[in-house]
Amino acid sequence: MSQNTSPLSIQEQLARQQETKTNWLLCTPALIVLFLAASGPLLVMLFYSFLTPGDYGGVEYQLSFDGWMNVFLFRDIFDDVLSIADAHVAIFWRSIRLSLMTTITCLILGFPTAYFIATRPRQSRNFWLFLITIPFWTNLLIRTFAIMEVIRNKGIVNNLLIDLDLIQQPIQMLYTDFAIMLGMTYVYLPLMILPLYASMEKLDFGLIEAGYDLYATRIRVLRKVIIPLIKPGIIAGSILVFIPSLGAFVTPRVLGGGKNLMLGNLIELQFGQGRNWPLGAALSITLLFIVMAALLLYVKNVQKSGVQHD
Amino acid sequence: MSNSVSIKVHQVSKKFGHDRDEVIALDEVSVEIRENEFFTLLGPSGCGKTTLLRLIAGFEHPSEGDIFLNDESIAHLPPYLRPVNTVFQNYALFPHMTVSENIGFGLSMQDKPPTEIDATVSEMLRLVQMEALRDRRTDQISGGQQQRVALARALAPHPRVLLLDEPLSALDYKLRKGMQIELKRLQMETGITFIFVTHDQEEALTMSDRIAVMNKGRILQVGSPNDIYDHPSERFVADFIGDTNFLSAELVESTSESSLLKLASGKTASAGPSGSTLRSMVNIAIRPEQAILTSDEASAEFSGTVTNVLYSGTDSVFHIELKSGEEFIAKVQNSGDTRRDWKTGQALGINIQPGAIQILRD
Ligand SMILES: Nc1ncnc2c1ncn2[C@@H]1O[C@H](COP(=O)(O)OP(=O)(O)OP(=O)(O)O)[C@@H](O)[C@H]1O
Ligand SMILES: [Mg+2]
Repeated sequence: MSQNTSPLSIQEQLARQQETKTNWLLCTPALIVLFLAASGPLLVMLFYSFLTPGDYGGVEYQLSFDGWMNVFLFRDIFDDVLSIADAHVAIFWRSIRLSLMTTITCLILGFPTAYFIATRPRQSRNFWLFLITIPFWTNLLIRTFAIMEVIRNKGIVNNLLIDLDLIQQPIQMLYTDFAIMLGMTYVYLPLMILPLYASMEKLDFGLIEAGYDLYATRIRVLRKVIIPLIKPGIIAGSILVFIPSLGAFVTPRVLGGGKNLMLGNLIELQFGQGRNWPLGAALSITLLFIVMAALLLYVKNVQKSGVQHD
Repeated sequence: MSNSVSIKVHQVSKKFGHDRDEVIALDEVSVEIRENEFFTLLGPSGCGKTTLLRLIAGFEHPSEGDIFLNDESIAHLPPYLRPVNTVFQNYALFPHMTVSENIGFGLSMQDKPPTEIDATVSEMLRLVQMEALRDRRTDQISGGQQQRVALARALAPHPRVLLLDEPLSALDYKLRKGMQIELKRLQMETGITFIFVTHDQEEALTMSDRIAVMNKGRILQVGSPNDIYDHPSERFVADFIGDTNFLSAELVESTSESSLLKLASGKTASAGPSGSTLRSMVNIAIRPEQAILTSDEASAEFSGTVTNVLYSGTDSVFHIELKSGEEFIAKVQNSGDTRRDWKTGQALGINIQPGAIQILRD
């Protein structure tokens, strides 16, 4: 092939090379922004995690691995004995558990909601989607305080239950893991509904009828036809809920009452009262790794189901 | 072919919407479809063919009336409890499954043992000649192949009735002709009752054992292709199927077997029985190919002047303006001994083959 390359195709190749160059040039601003905005801060964090904490916050430029060690280990200040940092492990575990539970709850609530919207006539779907987005208009803190008002001991729910004589004593809901999960579910539910809706809207309802026609009961149509077809939406929604839940700190702080910490609070603490920036940075990067593991799982799953994204 | 009734639709009406937006898709439709029959629903767009099929499949429920399968009412059953399968117009193959998984879906939903499923799937693949593509994803095969998979998928659970909603309309002409023959073969081989929807009259005539002609939510006539073509009961049927000349004549004699008509030319002609009252004007239909042209103008049943001649190889079509002012189209086969060199402007006589005049219901 290469021996009898005509002059024209050489020119063509040159033109193509030129084109590639121009393409790169055109991409540069985007690449710079991406680097500065995404990788830059991460590199700073990575750098800080290997430094020594300053006495009044900040860092001293002295290499130290304490930040990383303190993520899971605890050094006794009197005898220097290392032990597992139970508190941190518990917080990691609680964060993952609560985030998973939040994701599942959002999925259970979001699925029928998205299905409902996707099966409305086309004109009214936008109206329902609009309703879903209304909570975004209000500040997160205010919404969280509103939940607090609803579930506190003298709140609406407890008062109602007492008035109905269903309970004698108010149920302690506020400042529990349940409260945190409730709050996060409320905040992140739209992030589940929207991708679910997007994939359900593309669903060919003729396929559901085909399922019924071929002797699949309702539950089997759901399992064998609907769920496999909207899997990308389910995965995207789960990721969108799981990741911010894992790093949430406003909701656990307000509804968990400071005693049920989550990862976000732990990190916030290091940069605030804890004055241990390297530990905070190391914790943040650990969080990042958990998120990346979740994303990898997602990519694997999507590849396996062979669903193309467009 | 046995004569027992497979599907019986009894006085079924289907209305969509409410009040001012109400659409009557089916209006008191009754029809009986026999066991092992290739039955076709034929009619123009929007006449309710799909609606009737969906009612039989169970995707919709009748507003009034009842539907029976082998004398048992099925109108209240969900689709998955009816031994009836559908070949959808857009095929509706599951994109997340392979060809063979699609075909085996119905059987696995019936909880058949895997060995039986495998055997039936292989048999179906052979039946529709798709063995080579069994492990392909359904979006990686051509339209004609998807069509076969859809057919195999619907046949695999061996339903008592197969519903086909314009299954060939998405295929190109040549593929369509091939699939028509294949469908007919499959129906004979499997012995399953086929209910086939089309708005292509030619397709209906070549494939069906019986045809129901529909219009505006009603069934106008049910009969064999021959019946429908030669003895259309009303103007719509005659007009929808094939080309027809519509003329009017006076009914002068009527018995239970035949009637006598006085034509506009003053001549008389006999026709089949008619329900109309004597001495009244009736509409008659005559197929173009049932006219016999003659130069002997005086003794012919009709006479007129040629306005146009269209030659198309095997036959010629003559447009003739009758003495009464009505337009008449005659189709004459170009065999060696028939004279066919009549020119525009020439006066001609037209005789009609015996029994070919059809009196239409008004
Ligand atoms: N779900 C529905 N809601 C409202 N009207 C409907 C619905 N389904 C059908 N119709 C109406 O009922 C009538 C019959 O429709 P149907 O789909 O049965 O026609 P068709 O004979 O299959 O036509 P085509 O040849 O175009 O497929 C039409 O006027 C249609 O608009
Ligand atoms: Mg239709």
